Amino acid sequence: MRLSIRHITRYRFDEPVRGIVQSQKLWPADCANQRILSWEVTSHGGQTGAEFVDGAGDMIRLATWRGPLSEVTVEVAGEVETTDSYGVLRDHRERVPPSAYLRPTRQVEANAELKALSAVALKGMENASALDRAHALSRAVSEAIEYKPGETKPHTTAIEALSGGVGVCQDHAHALISVAHVAEMPARYVTGYLQATEDGTPHEASHAWAEIWVPELGWVGFDAANECCPDERYVRLGSGYDALDAAPIRGLVQGATPEEHLEVEVIVSAGQSGQQQQQ
Amino acid sequence: MSATKPAIFNEMLNGEQVRSAYQNLEKWYRSMPAELRSLKQSEAEALFRRVGITFAVYGEGGDPERLIPFDMFPRVMTAEEWRKLDRGVRQRAAALNAFLADVYDRREIIRAGKIPEHLVTNNEAFEKAAIGFRPPRGVFSHIVGVDLVRTGPDQFYVLEDNCRTPSGVSYMLQNREIMMRMFPQLFMENRIRPVDGYAGLLKKTLASVAPKKCQGEPNIVILTPGHFNSAYYEHSFLADLMGVELVEGQDLFVEGDFVWMKTTEGPKKVDVIYRRIDDAFIDPLCFRPDSMLGVPGLMSVYRSGGVTICSAPGAGVADDKAIYTFVPEMIRFYLGEEPILENVPTWQCAKPDDCKYVLENLSELVVKEVHGSGGYGMLVGPKSDKSTIESFAAKIRKNPDNYIAQPTLALSACPTFVEEGIAPRHVDLRPYCLVGETIELVPGGLTRVALTEGSLVVNSSQGGGVKDTWVLAE
Repeated sequence: MRLSIRHITRYRFDEPVRGIVQSQKLWPADCANQRILSWEVTSHGGQTGAEFVDGAGDMIRLATWRGPLSEVTVEVAGEVETTDSYGVLRDHRERVPPSAYLRPTRQVEANAELKALSAVALKGMENASALDRAHALSRAVSEAIEYKPGETKPHTTAIEALSGGVGVCQDHAHALISVAHVAEMPARYVTGYLQATEDGTPHEASHAWAEIWVPELGWVGFDAANECCPDERYVRLGSGYDALDAAPIRGLVQGATPEEHLEVEVIVSAGQSGQQQQQ
Repeated sequence: MSATKPAIFNEMLNGEQVRSAYQNLEKWYRSMPAELRSLKQSEAEALFRRVGITFAVYGEGGDPERLIPFDMFPRVMTAEEWRKLDRGVRQRAAALNAFLADVYDRREIIRAGKIPEHLVTNNEAFEKAAIGFRPPRGVFSHIVGVDLVRTGPDQFYVLEDNCRTPSGVSYMLQNREIMMRMFPQLFMENRIRPVDGYAGLLKKTLASVAPKKCQGEPNIVILTPGHFNSAYYEHSFLADLMGVELVEGQDLFVEGDFVWMKTTEGPKKVDVIYRRIDDAFIDPLCFRPDSMLGVPGLMSVYRSGGVTICSAPGAGVADDKAIYTFVPEMIRFYLGEEPILENVPTWQCAKPDDCKYVLENLSELVVKEVHGSGGYGMLVGPKSDKSTIESFAAKIRKNPDNYIAQPTLALSACPTFVEEGIAPRHVDLRPYCLVGETIELVPGGLTRVALTEGSLVVNSSQGGGVKDTWVLAE
């Protein structure tokens, strides 16, 4: 499927700030699941600099702005040809060993409830395959946390989301990583875009899910919020231990920290597959 | 391990006989009137206070303004003894760096089955952000502090390695400085190898790992958490000696491909950062987002080759107490050599058999936390009463992975000034090995001494002091 993405992040400040530094993880890696046809990230008015591909295969670039600034905008535009691989991340070049993704960060740390959720989900599955166990965990998280926007915050932890019983994709991903860790399965947080309307019309589409390490297959995506595995409607942007570590943009404002207004606009639309476009 | 008390090696005396290395010192001591001694002792204290060196060594905590007691009786090593230590420490530093370069790259040592994977990749000090990046010359730990103890004429053991930012070298330098000022005669009568080349060697080492993008003479800075840090004195002292800027995070910024230092003449590019800040705090955009001490964006510049950070982020995974056990294996694996310096035999409570042995023999062992430092949270079996041992046993049972145990070593004793004259007190030694284009160490190190009679804990937070450390010329 050919997906066209436009992702605009705009920060507005009530009072001008002295400067901004951002670490941007905004480039989807080219792999068997997704061919990047075009991709451009524009940091309007800023200076881009140091860039590198990290051990997880994600490109990271530095962008800085000198103030005074009352607004900055980062714009992403691109086209990706996706292939459904039943959630399996294929031919993705990375060097981080799966065992490094067992770390209990603040957002994915487990408590007794998460441990119990993991244990109950896997009850009687001692001899089941890792893939079946991962599916069971994902189902358990979908059931335990109801999708409900506006109830949780960016810094909400897996523990808080489970105890509240409601959340958004970020919370489902955190809880799934947490219960996978309890079962000693490496798991990580993935950011990306989702084309979710049947007719391919543009819509809000920023998304996140989890990947669990299945030895026979490699990394497999699980979208507990949508009770499915990523398919051709998904574009994978980057990964990390948790939402903070995987964040597409990590930024710091210099100078006084005035009220900040964040606007994110993400539009994914399905292009006509097979149609060749001139870049 | 037997329960019989092993003989303690006396560094100065062989029975009644004074060892040759100490003969001049012994005369010096005997000819010193008691009044002169106490006069000199207060003079030394005044000098230490004047230079402002009051910090606790190795981040041990405690009162940062407290003066660490200086003992005027030097610790002496012969040229021959030093030769072995020098070779042994350099060998260890080479292997530790080879290990770091390997675990952040191909992980051959894990593939070869020499070290369990989870001990490395699941280690708190293992940095995902360091994977797949080879720092200049492949060096991760540029200053390796190796803590040694001696138990016999030729018997040295490594207690632990310090691969991040080992502190205390300013004591090594100041102890010498003050001894030379107070007792110049001693330095004419004895052929003592100088240590004052340390700063020059450190600067040369740091310059040798400048990034490829750096042309011309590299601009080196020391990054300190600030004057509230207990080792701030050392940071400013080393910056002074090397003639480089001492900066805090707020003095630096990133833009484009580089790190810049704010100066009155405008921004100046920085090539090498000797940081005295923990990994977690150096870049809020990569590690702890609440850190005010670091430089936002620093890791991006580092990873794209615009600046060198010393020690490299992630270097700490090599000096973890659980990894320590495997250092002899690293030496064989990477260097194809036999270890020159021995490890202390170590039981890992994470292993059920080891744990069982440890719990059965607690009264004879020293038990430490895997991530602990500074002599806190440890049990010295022979010095503990029954209830202390029992409550410690409960802690081990609850979280065995968190503990390792070692036999109580008979640390060597060195003559030390006490009320009645001199008496043997237990000592250890930390030499500072510099790793860059070459691997070198100045002849000496920091000797810590347990001032309390019979005490084996040399940490300054637990009543330890320091001594000048002499290496005699050939």
